[in-house]
Amino acid sequence: MNATLTPNTLAELAAAVRSAPHVLAIGARTKPRLSAVAPDVTLISTLGLSGITEYQPDEFTFTALAGTPLREITATLAARGQYLPFDPYLLDAGATLGGTLAAGLSGPGRFRFGGLRDFILGVRFVDGAGRLVRLGGKVVKNAAGFDVPKFFVGSLGRFGVFGELTFKVFPRPATTLTLRLPVADANAASQILTTAAGARWEIDALDLLPTADAVALRLAGPAAALPLLAKEILTRFPGETLSAATADALWADLRELRWTFTKGPLLKLALTPAQLPALAATVRAHAGRIHVTAGGNAALVSLPATIASLGLPALTLRGPGPLWLDAPAPPAIAAAVKTALDPQNRFPSLAA
Amino acid sequence: MSSTVAPATDPARFLQRLGDILPPARVLSGQAQLAAYESDGLTAFRTAPLAIAVPETQAEVIALVRLCHAEKIPFVARGSGTSLSGGSTPVAGGLVITLNRLNRILRVDPAQRLAVVEPGVINTAVTLAVASYGLHYAPDPSSQSICTIGGNVAFNSGGAHCLKYGMTSNHVLGLKAILATGEVVEFGGASRDQLGPDWCGLFVGNEGLFGIALEITLQLLPRAEVFHTVLAGYRTLEQAGDAVSAIIASGLLPGAIEIMDALALEAASAAVHAEYPPGCEAVLIVELEGPREVVASQRPQLDALIAASNPVEARPARDATERAAIWKGRKSAFSAVGRLSPDFIVQDGVVPRRRLGEALRRIAEMSRAAGIRCANVFHAGDGNLHPLILYNGTESGALERAEILAGKILHMCVEMGGSITGEHGVGLEKRDYLATMFNADELDCLHRLRDAFDPLGLANPGKMFPDGTAPALAQHGLHPLEKAGLISRE
Ligand SMILES: Cc1cc2nc3c(=O)[nH]c(=O)nc-3n(C[C@H](O)[C@H](O)[C@H](O)COP(=O)(O)OP(=O)(O)OC[C@H]3O[C@@H](n4cnc5c(N)ncnc54)[C@H](O)[C@@H]3O)c2cc1C
Ligand SMILES: Cc1cc2nc3c(=O)[nH]c(=O)nc-3n(C[C@H](O)[C@H](O)[C@H](O)COP(=O)(O)OP(=O)(O)OC[C@H]3O[C@@H](n4cnc5c(N)ncnc54)[C@H](O)[C@@H]3O)c2cc1C
Repeated sequence: MNATLTPNTLAELAAAVRSAPHVLAIGARTKPRLSAVAPDVTLISTLGLSGITEYQPDEFTFTALAGTPLREITATLAARGQYLPFDPYLLDAGATLGGTLAAGLSGPGRFRFGGLRDFILGVRFVDGAGRLVRLGGKVVKNAAGFDVPKFFVGSLGRFGVFGELTFKVFPRPATTLTLRLPVADANAASQILTTAAGARWEIDALDLLPTADAVALRLAGPAAALPLLAKEILTRFPGETLSAATADALWADLRELRWTFTKGPLLKLALTPAQLPALAATVRAHAGRIHVTAGGNAALVSLPATIASLGLPALTLRGPGPLWLDAPAPPAIAAAVKTALDPQNRFPSLAA
Repeated sequence: MSSTVAPATDPARFLQRLGDILPPARVLSGQAQLAAYESDGLTAFRTAPLAIAVPETQAEVIALVRLCHAEKIPFVARGSGTSLSGGSTPVAGGLVITLNRLNRILRVDPAQRLAVVEPGVINTAVTLAVASYGLHYAPDPSSQSICTIGGNVAFNSGGAHCLKYGMTSNHVLGLKAILATGEVVEFGGASRDQLGPDWCGLFVGNEGLFGIALEITLQLLPRAEVFHTVLAGYRTLEQAGDAVSAIIASGLLPGAIEIMDALALEAASAAVHAEYPPGCEAVLIVELEGPREVVASQRPQLDALIAASNPVEARPARDATERAAIWKGRKSAFSAVGRLSPDFIVQDGVVPRRRLGEALRRIAEMSRAAGIRCANVFHAGDGNLHPLILYNGTESGALERAEILAGKILHMCVEMGGSITGEHGVGLEKRDYLATMFNADELDCLHRLRDAFDPLGLANPGKMFPDGTAPALAQHGLHPLEKAGLISRE
């Protein structure tokens, strides 16, 4: 069992980092594999660091402590007609803002305006030397200093412990409309993903469902326009418009990962639509399930048991098995940057 | 501390070894040849380098950087030299590596909507190469007809459409680079997603301090089907600002929201014979874009918001020609200011959007108090100001007074919670102001990162970080290319 500290202020967070030779931040642990580390590592929970510290709707920005549940953030934004367009995962499960940045996986809505990397503006964090520093900015546009906040996307807490984060937000589209487009196989799906992504419709989300038999295409915008766009899309690809209730349930099930096996590994991959048919075949051969999102640029794969390879690099989010499958060897610069941010090697390596 | 320049071991030997990599015709070291590279868009700073290298292949660039590393000679990557912050100003005793001949578009993949390009490719050349697929490359700095993708990557350049589409960094999917350590790295790739930390994100915006980008994978977007562009004139800047607030509060997400003030309008109308509504202290440009059905349903909403904001006059563009005319006036404004004043300083500070009105009022007060005219053209949607501080360099003390005003404006931006630069980078020009945004620990963190990529401090030393070696500022004004009417600035 790892020792766990729960600081309640940013100063306490810095002190907690300094207090032990090996530490790792955790949020709600909705992705336990990412923080499954050696027993001598002291865990620092951010659950005592919760709350939105600044929110100016007319700035399109908010700043919140790292342990703030995403649920609270999305609700606060929604009350002012705004949102984080990249659809963060596991709202109901209690995922935190800091854990979401460190995990670096964006949901279906990332298709239109980009993912976490396109909305993170600034981070106040504790580096490996135990110093509380803030890089990036609090305004929507800033080019001063290196873009360390972007680097932290997907950094798995291995380069710094986030205390407070500033994100850009967008006005929430007035309405959404989801189409279900049946597909015969992954080849057909890949075709639709590619064609639809290049079309004039400004699609909001474009996913191949875990049932593997249909593409879900979501439009977002003014109520008067969406049915007209939907009509044209349905003449290009046969399918149906889902009722609002059915669509909400579909996206919520994806967001909360209800389609996954309860045991066995859950993995994340980055890919292109062209790589989809081969990946889908590998997953099927192992009796697994796959949710392809971001128009065929990211996938979550749930398997009944561990496997050695999916043919593409993969990160284990949950369940047994190594943290990485088929990870490319890191360049020499990776070690130098790790030393720069964590000179005493307080945080675990990205490899474990 | 770090980032000090290692002394050159032996310039003569270095030049000789340079000859092993490039033929004589592609190593420039004569006085006259060097003069052309002494400065960038910030013409006030001038330094003669040891030599200019003109590589044509990635292998040559790699060999050059490794030679610099072995001989401890500083180097500065150079695209088109349009940096407005002195980013590509040479380093004394150092090598300038120009990348204009690495200008091949290596691959266009219309299905995956990406282009793989060499760093010397001109920004607009990317859109040109993919337009037939209905795609475009979104970042649109005003210098786009001349600046390079390598320079855009180094500075994380912006443009008029950042509010909706972000900066350069948001469009870079992958990178191949030679780091100052001599290591060749590949970050990211063809996917729009990634595993592990965002190395591309860290590299973009490094201002040439990490190494040289050799190959860049850019994401392309489908070109917007239709536009609705409105130009509205207001009696006061305050009213124009209020209109921006109303648009932001309405839930619309325009592609661009820009404002020009009276002095900028005066310059623009003289330069491009644009006619603006008379008696206006400010003109607002707002543009909606998207599928025709979406724009059709948002258009009445925007028109109603503008009508309610009490404009002197609102003119929606009726066709593509009228839209182009609106943008031409906007984009020519800065160069046009050259007609009002022999010299000017362009600032690039950012303030929280809701404090734009206050910021402009304070700039006006400061400029009045200093007796210096200041024109304003700005990305209102982003809070990104571009005050143009006008002065006459032949008047004694005028430049110094202008610089004091520029410094006061930067301090005001930081004090309001903004930034000293939105898109032009810190470079040489603003390096003394970096410490107004970051404390000692934060600067140390940035230094340590720089040292990780460049332990010998060879890549573009003296930029971004204050180190007291800047050549003195002599004069500001139009870029030579602007004087020649080839480019204009935003
Ligand atoms: C199977 C699965 C799939 C997921 N997919 C997505 C997705 O697609 N999109 C998405 O946005 N999220 C995704 N996540 C969601 C993810 O759980 C949350 O977004 C976020 O990781 C959860 O936060 P947490 O508080 O539970 O983090 P934890 O599970 O506690 O931690 C996750 C990682 O973040 C690090 N970390 C946590 N807090 C900090 C901090 N303050 N500073 C530095 N590092 C920190 C941990 O060390 C660990 O490496 C997924 C989670 C799971 C379980
Ligand atoms: C008239 C005018 C209008 C402008 N409008 C805008 C605008 O709207 N928005 C905006 O953001 N900027 C604008 N700029 C600034 C400038 O055009 C941008 O900063 C541009 O990105 C510089 O590109 P360049 O090819 O000229 O680069 P250079 O000036 O040659 O170099 C810029 C920096 O990039 C580095 N560099 C160049 N190539 C590489 C490479 N391959 N690898 C690593 N480092 C490299 C250089 O060392 C230097 O630090 C404008 C400038 C002018 C003169």
